[in-house]
Amino acid sequence: MIQTEDLRFAYPGYSEVLRGIDLTVNDGEFVAIMGENGAGKTTLVKTFNGLLLPTSGRVKVDSVDTRESSVARLSKDVGLVFQNPDHQLFSETVREELAFSLRNFGYGEDTIQRRVGTILETLDLTRYSESSPFVLSGGERKRVALAAVLVWNPKHIILDEPTIGQDYQQKDRLRNFIVQLNAQGKTVIIITHDVEFVAECRPRIILLSKGLVIGDGPAEDLLSDEQLLEKASLTRPQIGALMHRLRDFGFSDRAIDVYSAEQAILRALGRKT
Amino acid sequence: MSIIRANHLTFTYTGASKPSIQDVTIDISPGEFVVLTGPSGCGKTTICRCLNGLIPNFYSGDFAGELVVDGMNVKEHTTAELATHVGLVFQNPENQLFSLSIERDVAFGPENLGLSREETRKRVDWALDATGITELKDKPPYELSGGQQQRAAIAAVLAMQPKVMVLDEPTSFLDPRSALDILAVISNLNKQLGITIILVEHRLDIVSKHANRVMIMDDGRIVLDGTPRDVYGEQARLIGIGLPRVTTLFNLLRKEGLEFSHTPTTVDDAASQLRKMLSR
Repeated sequence: MIQTEDLRFAYPGYSEVLRGIDLTVNDGEFVAIMGENGAGKTTLVKTFNGLLLPTSGRVKVDSVDTRESSVARLSKDVGLVFQNPDHQLFSETVREELAFSLRNFGYGEDTIQRRVGTILETLDLTRYSESSPFVLSGGERKRVALAAVLVWNPKHIILDEPTIGQDYQQKDRLRNFIVQLNAQGKTVIIITHDVEFVAECRPRIILLSKGLVIGDGPAEDLLSDEQLLEKASLTRPQIGALMHRLRDFGFSDRAIDVYSAEQAILRALGRKT
Repeated sequence: MSIIRANHLTFTYTGASKPSIQDVTIDISPGEFVVLTGPSGCGKTTICRCLNGLIPNFYSGDFAGELVVDGMNVKEHTTAELATHVGLVFQNPENQLFSLSIERDVAFGPENLGLSREETRKRVDWALDATGITELKDKPPYELSGGQQQRAAIAAVLAMQPKVMVLDEPTSFLDPRSALDILAVISNLNKQLGITIILVEHRLDIVSKHANRVMIMDDGRIVLDGTPRDVYGEQARLIGIGLPRVTTLFNLLRKEGLEFSHTPTTVDDAASQLRKMLSR
């Protein structure tokens, strides 16, 4: 469980980026943190693994105050995948990149190779195992960065903008993968601007604006709330926009994905009861 | 008269086992708004690099076929010469801005061309105005929001007065409202100034209403080329293209036996068709 209490954070000499955040993310939850550029999303998740410590207030990970722990210890449970893979990758081959943290955690070579092999397979990276991460495309490097964190099997996984630069099929794979992680009981927190991805995954959304939580609830509630969307510089998903346009026919703008819209339209036309 | 003409263009990076783009033949007229899309690794970025001469001038490899942009054969001109004809805008504006003020950033290109002070001034003012950031000109880039930074990056390219602008996923780092703003700016450059736009994008939901033409690439080749309505079909879906959600919705409804005059590619079109159907 990740909990924050009146969490405030300011970089030295600057005004507060986080201005008093109270939230609880339970084990096994799937959460999307959304909000405008500069809302404080990345800063917030950096407090979850101790990379940043609160200026005041508190962050607790599995009941331990992050001030009483260390990044090394917290990282074992909280895996953070950065938005820009180039801030994270440094090894000569993809295989080495993935093995690095496991070596640091002191695993034996057999375990390391087995785990690396499995994760390469899962993320469709096996064919690149001996390549340098830097010759791969942007989307592929992002998958390597994700693999490099998943390989040590953290309990809570945080992905900063995982869908940027990913094509449709990779997003589909990512969605299935998150569902799988969730099913294994892992907490998955994503930071994203991708309203279409969120409309299809239906996570709990935490809406951040100017360093404060301005909304917290199911995707269909928040992505249909015009006022909140405007504040957080978000738009309705395309299907939500279509349903909203046709609300005079009794459609609900909480239908935000293709399948709910299809059902609603068929019912309205008397094709379905 | 075409502004971009590629004839059997093929390029293989040094050390690569197969071509990144293969036998690409296209003809684009001045003033078109083209969306270029396709699965990751299909060759989109390689085409962008060819269009402004980074290939073959900076990237080594085997270049075959011909590419002529605004009357210039890219093989026979330097990237510096091509820069006044083709502007390139990247995903992340932070990588493109470097000065202490937006105005300096936008002036950098024209100054490098050796233009007079007055001409530089005129172009900077014009580019800032066309992208709607005149009031931000004295600010350093790091004080700007992501959307404002991307406008500044576009202004910097615009100040070179290119006839063609190539934008490689220019909105992917932006929040959705800023992304729509940037697309409106790009559309304006196309409609008001007649600049030919080549926009690389995966998210067809947000770009389709601006495009008069969509090219879909797969495995180094252009496999579909036409209006959004023409190309958003079964073949595109099978390649793994994420069609606009409204298009997918109508395809599902059609399978349920509903009939439509055509499959919409925008919310506007989808809403008006459904409205007609529901009012009957």
